[in-house]
Amino acid sequence: MFDTNATILFILVAVIIAVVLGQSVFFLVKAWKRGVELGMDRKKLRKIARTAAIFTVAPAVAIVISVIALSKKLGIPLPWLRLSVVGSLSYETIAAENTALAMGMTGSVSTASQFVTIALVMTISIMVGIWLVPVLCKKMQKGMSSLEKRDKKWADVFQNSLFLGMISAFVGYVFCNVSRLWTADASGLVTQTKTVVENGEKIQQTVQYTATSGLVPVCVMAVSAVIMAVLGILSKKFKKVHWIADYALPVSLIVGMISAIPFTALFGGEV
Amino acid sequence: MKQQKPYIERVYRWGLIWNLSVMGILMAFPIVVAILYHAMPDWQGLLGGLMATAPMYWAVGVVEVISYIPMLGAGGSYLSFVTGNISNLKLPCALNALEQAEVKASSEEGEVVSTIAIAVSSIVTTLIIILGVVLIVPLTPLLENPALTPAFDQLVPALFGGLGVVFISRNRKLAIAPILLMLILFIFVPALNEGTVGIMVPVGVVFTLILGRILYKKGVV
Repeated sequence: MFDTNATILFILVAVIIAVVLGQSVFFLVKAWKRGVELGMDRKKLRKIARTAAIFTVAPAVAIVISVIALSKKLGIPLPWLRLSVVGSLSYETIAAENTALAMGMTGSVSTASQFVTIALVMTISIMVGIWLVPVLCKKMQKGMSSLEKRDKKWADVFQNSLFLGMISAFVGYVFCNVSRLWTADASGLVTQTKTVVENGEKIQQTVQYTATSGLVPVCVMAVSAVIMAVLGILSKKFKKVHWIADYALPVSLIVGMISAIPFTALFGGEV
Repeated sequence: MKQQKPYIERVYRWGLIWNLSVMGILMAFPIVVAILYHAMPDWQGLLGGLMATAPMYWAVGVVEVISYIPMLGAGGSYLSFVTGNISNLKLPCALNALEQAEVKASSEEGEVVSTIAIAVSSIVTTLIIILGVVLIVPLTPLLENPALTPAFDQLVPALFGGLGVVFISRNRKLAIAPILLMLILFIFVPALNEGTVGIMVPVGVVFTLILGRILYKKGVV
């Protein structure tokens, strides 16, 4: 029986993660030195690093939760590796399920061959970004900087349009389940089917949601937005209290997330 | 003495070397495990798994690379596409840092600031996951506590509420139309959900760019 938590797997994964960590440290040091060369205030750079670190805590804990969820079928080392590099709970689950299905595998991973096959599919299927960035980055960044030289004002509008385009897609996404309000049946429930893999077979599972469950993300976003706006106003009023501006986003993130607990209790979710 | 190349040129070189090396060792993991355990992959499973998984994620990957590179900057792009969690962590982190430092993303200072933010975020994420793995036994009941689950389920809305306020309030004229478009699409098109939001990012970006160009020509923005 293959042990998905074998010590050797932990060691291999630790080595790879050390290299990935090395890349981040390398770029941090280089960018920091360049910032100092450009005459940027060290204090300002430190503040940026501190805010980034604090802001990262809650999303990183969410990733730990995904590692725990995946570790039940795959052991700890593989999910640890996969979620420390590009990947996500939903992606790794889909990759593992597709491969398990193709192998006719039932239950958890029990042979080295199954483990290797799943790891290969997970690795190859999401590899595109890692090599495509070196291929395209230089060309695209050069395009951006020549735009900046040609027309500074338009370059500014261009950059803002990129950010707003991305943000608007995610704001829209927050509302994607609001339609449950009018698609619910007489008992106030919405029934959806989803495909899951169980015992080597694809089966249809029905899930039910309350009609109002789609309002939870909307309310959470509203709370976070209000907190951010209030902190923004306060930071302008009390210019000397620097932490308000520095930690406004992490604070609005955490308060928003906490507000999800009562909102979910109120509006319901999966039944 | 040979003159040193500009910083950004060196970033391209470092990025190329690092990303190809990381790609190599990521691929090496399953291969080394196979050798150590004298196990061959299940070829049929590999082919089937890849056919079912790779085409869609490769397509999404190409779209993501093209839409995120101009937002993340050079150093930030190389790092983000290795360490992942771009839209739900790295990009918001970089945007917040640019705001905080009051520098433009397209300037060299912007490049430095976004790289620092993304590098720190990657390091902290990696360390927290290590801590999570070490403490997985005591942490599991705590983190899987049903009372806490809703909070982590709503991470993305909580993130984009705060981020949205900053960017929307500063660019009101440019923001209204794309927000309305996305609201209508996501509310009334059932196929748009968590799985397809990644595909809607370039749609939003292209729409906003066209709108931005029109408003710019008219002198509105």
